Amino acid sequence: MREITYLEAIREAMTQEMERDSRVFLIGEDIGEYGGAFQVTYGMLEKFGPERILDTPITELALTGAATGAALIGMRPIAEIMFMDFTTLASEQLVNQAAKLRFMFGGQSTVPMVLRTPAGSGTGAAEHHSQSFENWFVHVPGLKVVMPTTPYDVKGLLISSIRDDNPIVFIEHKLLYKTKGEVPEGLYEIPLGKADIKRAGKDLSIIATGIMVQKSLQAAEELIKEGLDIEVVDPRTLRPLDTETIVNSVKKTGKVLIVHEAVKTGGFGGELAGVIAESEAFGYLEAPIIRLAGREVPIPYNRELEKASVPQVEDIIEKARELATLKV
Amino acid sequence: MKLVKENAEKYLLQMYQIRAFEEQAEKSYMAGKIHGTMHLSIGQEASAVGSISTLEPTDYIIGHHRGHGLCISKGADLNLMMAEFYGKENGYCRGRGGSMHIADVKGGNLGANGVVGGGIPLAVGVGIGLKMQKENRVLLAFFGDGAASTGAFHESMILAVLYQVPVVFICENNQYAMSFSASDWTTSKKIAAHGVIYGMAESCSTDGNDLLEVQSAVEAAVKRAREGGGPSLIVNDTYRWRGHSKSDRNRYRTAEEIEEWKKKDPILKFRNYCLSKKILTEKEADEIKEKGYADIEAARVFAESSPDPKVETLEEGVYAP
Repeated sequence: MREITYLEAIREAMTQEMERDSRVFLIGEDIGEYGGAFQVTYGMLEKFGPERILDTPITELALTGAATGAALIGMRPIAEIMFMDFTTLASEQLVNQAAKLRFMFGGQSTVPMVLRTPAGSGTGAAEHHSQSFENWFVHVPGLKVVMPTTPYDVKGLLISSIRDDNPIVFIEHKLLYKTKGEVPEGLYEIPLGKADIKRAGKDLSIIATGIMVQKSLQAAEELIKEGLDIEVVDPRTLRPLDTETIVNSVKKTGKVLIVHEAVKTGGFGGELAGVIAESEAFGYLEAPIIRLAGREVPIPYNRELEKASVPQVEDIIEKARELATLKV
Repeated sequence: MKLVKENAEKYLLQMYQIRAFEEQAEKSYMAGKIHGTMHLSIGQEASAVGSISTLEPTDYIIGHHRGHGLCISKGADLNLMMAEFYGKENGYCRGRGGSMHIADVKGGNLGANGVVGGGIPLAVGVGIGLKMQKENRVLLAFFGDGAASTGAFHESMILAVLYQVPVVFICENNQYAMSFSASDWTTSKKIAAHGVIYGMAESCSTDGNDLLEVQSAVEAAVKRAREGGGPSLIVNDTYRWRGHSKSDRNRYRTAEEIEEWKKKDPILKFRNYCLSKKILTEKEADEIKEKGYADIEAARVFAESSPDPKVETLEEGVYAP
């Protein structure tokens, strides 16, 4: 199969959906001629024109609300927030409006919109362009939160998100944009709320989100050389969460390491640990549930400091080794 | 538009229904029958009825937290509205939204909003959608003077003009954002001036207690929006007779000020106009008033005899299937 990048897969999903469904349109800052800050929408203005590629001035709140309002009358907008850090500016419309309109109107309306945004560190973009806020949105009933980690997944999950009748926070990782992988040329859906076992193993489960899935897979390739067989589970959708796949993996291996980039305190790892501890997997645990996550700091500028603030492959290897020898 | 008898009857009835609804809401609350709070629009009836009277049934409105009058003007079923106010299962929002979130999506009412300024960005999006759908429909987006200081308002004005959306933004300036007086900084003229700065097709203020003046300004703006002439901003100057909500002690204004505004009662003003022009007789106007209050009494009975939502249904409707 042909290989394309994660970034190209996103663009292809949007392009094919826009060709298929005239209700789909894009709205965001510098998504027109500029092609978006990361070039995800490059060329789409030429293809679809300014009527469907709505380039906005710097108005995160209003553009998010505009997507919500258009969805309320049956359009299917895709909003781009240039950096996830700026979802702080958009969150009134996302959290108070998009997420709640259906419920508070007693089910009279639907809000079929996608808010795409790149998260994460690793580009030297410092405190205001590097954050991972997924768990803020996971906390809001009415939103769905998707975090694709491969080119194949990102296309299928984005298509499903566009076709879903709910507001979706679609979190991309900047460092994944240039990663390559096999992606079918046609349209296909990956169901929301379905986890994927990225690597099957028997000794220890790593449940990772976002870029940490790729780092965990690298760690697993190192650890197998030492005879440690790691299973890597990628939830893909954080809300709704596929608890079944996670619980089954933990029951199989008896040990679980949770890895995410966002700050550990209040992060999604706590939710995963809670889900496992409450489930039948609890009785299968042979060691404590361990979380490896972002340090308790804003993301700094300096290369080494930035690197030290989020888990790296070596950190995952080390933690997995430790956990392999731990007992309850 | 020329005021014909049929419309005069309709407008007067809607204004009396609004007044009666608000008075009943207050009574029900005082009687301990209402769980939440409410925001009453007594004194602002002409702004709601005058503005919305310019729409076709297929057009849309989007409202604010003081929105009972807007719902009634858009043709809401009074029984379903009152049932929602009472938090009942057969209310417009199945008792999930209450006073601050009444919506009638099929009837073109895209809902009241609990966040001041929260509906304004949504209005821009509805406008974008309407333009793409090419069905020649328009939206009236209502908000208050308090919302005119929010970032949501300013960002939305910029996008609305940029995309030339078929939306008329209507600021119901009732003089107070909770306790903060509009005269302190955002006088009516200043709010309307923002429309000029941002490049609205038209920006103006009206005597919001004069139904026909409101109607005339909004009618022109609606026509322009429908013909592709872009958005307008209209400020209806009015006054809320009651406090912001039930917690209000009216410490920020005098009893004399309230009495002064009561003399400018929008319902009496319109009624007297109809009488002086011999469009309605005294007797006809009295009968309309009686009907308005009777309709609300019937809605109260309907609401009070309606079932509460079942707790087992709590999680329904969070997500679309």
